[in-house]
Amino acid sequence: MENELLAIADEIITLASSNEEIEVIVVHDQETDIRVYKGELESFTASESQGVGIRVVQDGRQGMAYAGSLDMEILNETLLEARDNATFGTFDSMLQIAEPDDVEPVNLNLYDSALKEFATEDKIALAKELEEFIIKSDQRIVGVESSEYVDSISASAIVTSSGIRRSSYEGGCYVAASSLASDGKDMQTGFGYSVGRDPKKLEIEKAGSLASERATRMLGAQKASSGRKTVVLDPYVTAQFLGIIGSTFSGESLLKGRSLFADRENEKIAAEILTLIDDPTDPDAFTATEVDGEGLASRRNVLIDQGILNTFLHNSYTARSMGTHSTGSAVRSYNSSPSVGAQALSLVPGTKSQEELIGAIDNGILIQGVSGLHSGVNPVSGDFSAGAEGLLIKNGQLAEPVREITIASTLQRMLLEVLDIGNDLERLPMRASGVSLVVADVTVSGV
Amino acid sequence: MIDQDLIESAIAEALKTGGEFAEIFVEDKRSSSAYFDNGKVEELTSGRDRGAGIRVVVGETTGFAHTADLSTKGLLEAARSAAAAARSEGGAGSVNRLAPSNAASPNPVLILPETVEKIKKVELLKRADEVARSQSESITQVSARYGDSRRRILVANSEGIYASDDQVRTLFSVACVATGDAGMQTGRESTGRPIGFELFEEYDIEELAQRAAQRAITKLNAKPAPSGTMPVVIGSGGGGVLFHEACGHGLEADLVKKQASVFADRKGEKVASELVTLIDDGTMPKEWGAFAIDDEGHPAQKNTLIEDGILMDYMWDGLRSRSQGRKSSGNGRRQSYMVLPMVRMTNTYIANGETAPEDIIADTKHGVYVAHLGGGQVNTATGDFVFGMTEAYLIENGEITAPIREGNLIGNGPEVLNQIDALGNDFEMGSPGTCGKDGQGVPVGDGTPTLRVQSLTVGGTAA
Repeated sequence: MENELLAIADEIITLASSNEEIEVIVVHDQETDIRVYKGELESFTASESQGVGIRVVQDGRQGMAYAGSLDMEILNETLLEARDNATFGTFDSMLQIAEPDDVEPVNLNLYDSALKEFATEDKIALAKELEEFIIKSDQRIVGVESSEYVDSISASAIVTSSGIRRSSYEGGCYVAASSLASDGKDMQTGFGYSVGRDPKKLEIEKAGSLASERATRMLGAQKASSGRKTVVLDPYVTAQFLGIIGSTFSGESLLKGRSLFADRENEKIAAEILTLIDDPTDPDAFTATEVDGEGLASRRNVLIDQGILNTFLHNSYTARSMGTHSTGSAVRSYNSSPSVGAQALSLVPGTKSQEELIGAIDNGILIQGVSGLHSGVNPVSGDFSAGAEGLLIKNGQLAEPVREITIASTLQRMLLEVLDIGNDLERLPMRASGVSLVVADVTVSGV
Repeated sequence: MIDQDLIESAIAEALKTGGEFAEIFVEDKRSSSAYFDNGKVEELTSGRDRGAGIRVVVGETTGFAHTADLSTKGLLEAARSAAAAARSEGGAGSVNRLAPSNAASPNPVLILPETVEKIKKVELLKRADEVARSQSESITQVSARYGDSRRRILVANSEGIYASDDQVRTLFSVACVATGDAGMQTGRESTGRPIGFELFEEYDIEELAQRAAQRAITKLNAKPAPSGTMPVVIGSGGGGVLFHEACGHGLEADLVKKQASVFADRKGEKVASELVTLIDDGTMPKEWGAFAIDDEGHPAQKNTLIEDGILMDYMWDGLRSRSQGRKSSGNGRRQSYMVLPMVRMTNTYIANGETAPEDIIADTKHGVYVAHLGGGQVNTATGDFVFGMTEAYLIENGEITAPIREGNLIGNGPEVLNQIDALGNDFEMGSPGTCGKDGQGVPVGDGTPTLRVQSLTVGGTAA
């Protein structure tokens, strides 16, 4: 598959004229999505999709066009559109297609052949097993809103007129479920998941217990009293925050003067125990990848090293504009030009379990879910406020569930107020892994 | 788009394993966008997506496959692959000759965007940038985006539907950053209609840019939002998204069927203050969520969901309505041919009231006035929601006073519906939105008159 995609890209590259640079990305995705409901197959989706994105740079002007088709006639039309679009761009001497650098991609083996060999019946069985596990796990579980199995195999190729020619082949799968719990008066929901590359290694019990426990332990939740509190973020919540913190390290926001941490390189911006890494070369990260969106080798980048801001992330354009080198952090799909972003964020885990972290807190809250985080964060000022739910912590023990509260602080203060980090690293179907995180002095508002 | 004979043979192929229902959805979408940032036209992008999705239903099971290959071979393969997942003992079904029927579009298009020179689109962006910057020295950054799309769809199914629609959309947005002593603040405004380039004859881009800039400037002097429970007045047009999220989603029949909605089994009951009439209307001319047919071929409809506080009905798609032996309400929508349709909203709004908006404010001793809500999220099973406030002020002694920033509204949908104790007579539709559900986005509209919620939790950063 990779060779076919490379061949298509090569063919378009041969059409480049002498006064232009061209970059072609060709992708082919296969996905299975299985949902079960009440023990029956609810839907089975078999998708196969493909697409091509063409970027043209002509005398410092850039244009982009894409098509969800590999039809040669449409591809020719797409190239012409990209060329035409380039004539309207504003001249920027830094605009160029990426050039090869001296970093070789690491072979990560991101495709496990077990995925293709796994029979459809077995996939359906996994989703059913998960649903059944949740239903039987607790009498208060009244239903499972959805239980699904999803897998995907993605092939992609990037070829440029500047000499980059790389491809990748990646597979992944996960199971996920959302449960409904009721005690007769109150209704609560909970979700659970397990991700991997080999479907036989997905952990049904872990996913099911998570979904069941998250819902049942919230039954009877009340509002909490307002005040400043120490909170423990559940790994999933931490991962959501890391995603937002990661975006402030983008060379793009830096270049445009929108980063919270501009001019803070080599300064202390976080607690000393905190080391934040973006490492797409970690094969255990669900979003691991060998090459970035411009065809450069992806690499391990330490963003915060023991509290000190170490580096921002760059693609070739932001790097050139700021006089540095690309960190292999171009992110994109075929229908957009490369932007800059973290690809596989993670905190370096600490030594304590979540239970031990909670044990050290007299009066606090375990936050098991946040909502409205994206709309509640001002990435320019760093202020945030998000809806939250979780369990009170009293004298080192989990106590009553609370809901309809908000937590607020600034991203800057939050990083400095990290008191401890758990050892419970959790892989998630998103661009960040999670770990339990203790943060002091968060404004909680409830009643 | 595709020959009718081929459509019919694809449906027949899809029914071969005993399917009770088969459907083919063909889509050809062209889009273009232009992005302006920091004084530069960063990029123009053009896109083309074309393909077909085929689904087969047997009992409670749906099989679905899609392809970008619209040849006979491609379509028949997709039909077989969808059928493989949904089989029964019933033997092959048959298709009658389909009779094309089309609903009239509520959105007449005068100027197809694809016929407009690209330079004109770029000029709009430059003008927005100039106007926004001229508002104040404190405006330090401006970005603007232009986008248009033309989506042609054809839907045919084994129940005799054979319908098509040509959906054009044009969108424009401006975002500003203002810098002051206490840091940076952002302001954003957008306009969009399911019409062509004539949007810019009807709608003044300069005014849009001014409003985005003023929103950022206002927030420079804003105080952190307070925390606690208080009356909240929502300005007309600025808060419809709250009712979309907090009530609308819970009235979608797919969630109701799975009991994943607080409104399940409550038809005919009083679920809201008697001031509240909630409507979903896909026929509203030129509104962002309007269309001629939904993505299952059913004509758009106006549906009253809540009338004077009483729950009248849910919203339905084909799959959910068929199992109930009733008709679809025209709410079956999908992001693209690559995904299954679901129950989705169109233009959802709270109908107009009778009170003058200034009387509502004068009658509120202390609280918060929200001129514009940002994005939000809801748990449909519990009704709990949270929304960001992108423009809000304090209400002190019956008057709108200081601007506030960085606050959320948090509450529970059904509770809020019951707590609406004043409804204005100044109904307006809000900004164009994209509703996300299960990872799929579709264009939607919302609207409200000025209204007051007696008590709502405001989560701010003020200590």
